[in-house]
Amino acid sequence: MTGTTAAAPAVAPPAPPEVRGPSLLRLTGVELRKLADTRAGAWLLATIALITVALVVAQLIWAPDADQTFAAFFVFSLLPTGFLLPVLGILSVTGEWSQRTALTTYALVPRRERVIAAKLVAVTLAAVASILTSLGAAAIGTLATGFTGGAGDWRIEGSLVLHALVIQVANVLMGAAFGLLLLNTPLAIVGFLLLPTLWSVLGGLIRPLRGPAGWLDTGRTMEPFFTPDVTAGQWARLGVSLLVWLVVPLLAGLLRTLRREVA
Amino acid sequence: MIAAEHLTKRYGRHTAVDDVSFRCEPGTVTGFLGPNGAGKSTTMRMICGLTPPTAGTATVAGRPYRGLPNPGREVGVLLDASAQHAGRTGREVLTVAAATMGVERRKVAAALDRVGLDGAAARRRVRAYSLGMRQRLGLAHALLGDPRILILDEPANGLDPEGIFWMRGLLRDFADRGGTVLLSSHLLREVEAVADRLVVIGGGRVVAQGGKDELLGGTGTRVRARDLPGLRRALDTAGLAAAASGTDGSLLVSAGPDAVGQAAADAGIALTELRPAGDGGLEQLFLTLTTVDTAREAVR
Repeated sequence: MTGTTAAAPAVAPPAPPEVRGPSLLRLTGVELRKLADTRAGAWLLATIALITVALVVAQLIWAPDADQTFAAFFVFSLLPTGFLLPVLGILSVTGEWSQRTALTTYALVPRRERVIAAKLVAVTLAAVASILTSLGAAAIGTLATGFTGGAGDWRIEGSLVLHALVIQVANVLMGAAFGLLLLNTPLAIVGFLLLPTLWSVLGGLIRPLRGPAGWLDTGRTMEPFFTPDVTAGQWARLGVSLLVWLVVPLLAGLLRTLRREVA
Repeated sequence: MIAAEHLTKRYGRHTAVDDVSFRCEPGTVTGFLGPNGAGKSTTMRMICGLTPPTAGTATVAGRPYRGLPNPGREVGVLLDASAQHAGRTGREVLTVAAATMGVERRKVAAALDRVGLDGAAARRRVRAYSLGMRQRLGLAHALLGDPRILILDEPANGLDPEGIFWMRGLLRDFADRGGTVLLSSHLLREVEAVADRLVVIGGGRVVAQGGKDELLGGTGTRVRARDLPGLRRALDTAGLAAAASGTDGSLLVSAGPDAVGQAAADAGIALTELRPAGDGGLEQLFLTLTTVDTAREAVR
């Protein structure tokens, strides 16, 4: 203690409460921890990593030698991850409600938007980690071509990695947005898998829908991003489709979560 | 300190909480009593900023709950012991909370210790916990941030008698050190032993509130002896008004147990029962509340 101290209060409170609220950094750390600290969460993360590795192994065994390149290993491993990352995004949000932890989470952090922001950052980091895993698995696969006699070409365009990153981050955030909007695990997963697929089917089936589908069907707008070369028009199409499937549900979901009664 | 002012919550046409006001002062335990469905939990959720009130306000430590920068360090909240992720271990639940509040990790072990959850229990997943263990974990969670205020919804649910006794001691001690406690229960006996003040709620409205002694002890003494005529004479001699109460042969005296016991002793009468009768009044009120509720259910 330095300087003069005021008279101690008659009834001493046990501890002076920390005045500052939790920083976004701290909350993000907490949310990252929550992604992995349950059996279900840990398995989901492990599954993503295992499938990535399994796909590289499958390619080593069955793919033509010429296709056994770093870039090919990398691109191929993105697909299943792209399916599972949205589930991770959904669970990180809906788990709070299905497991009723929202009651304690939002009692500790009443400014719910901060929790949501931390969750979005956490799942984005998970998507970045999945890209690193894909790169790592692809590297191991390329090294292994030395034994299998594959092409073993190490060349990869930086833009391909960037595009992949954009897609995986978009995927995980779309999942989180659906979770925020529907606040119910099965509903969000089914909705997420079904709605865009329905679009694809309808867009292919109904002639007048074919034009809009090129802008709204994420299955189609994301396709060019598995290559190193993407045109400005293709970026625009991705942007529009993400506005509909990511930004709108995210904002509506945020509003819903902020207002919802926690019971 | 906790202050609820005119809290009201309506769901469509149903009014769950209707103009509820009360205060909880530092150094006291306030028992929040009412039958199931009376609006206790809804009121507590409104105080904690989890349920937006239709009307009215609530403050905790002088501020609206949602305005507290780091609520866990000022208010310990246990609203539902079962609202924990079944897949997390007890220790992990507290570790996550400690990280959120910015409490040192080593306090987690201390908190587990404080509520009597040993190492083996802490390593188990909450799924495998009994309700009593969940309550203990919830209490550890509430105490983790060293708060000065506790808000606990039915914390004695699922605890065994020994656990209830232990919790009473803990809450009493917490209040005696200057803390503020608000705890709810649907059992009068459960809070009677620890509360200083009572707020009784029924059908969403406060039907009685005040000091426990005032509410429970205000209406006299119930006394019984094998020699009933002798007891009557003794009370007459001492100038105490007595009336037969009910069918059990006991007398209701409008005086404290001290005076009644002394009068009987002076006359050499052996008592078989001597206790404040006032709780009968509150219990009666309680019963009425429950009956009204049941009747309403039946009409619906």
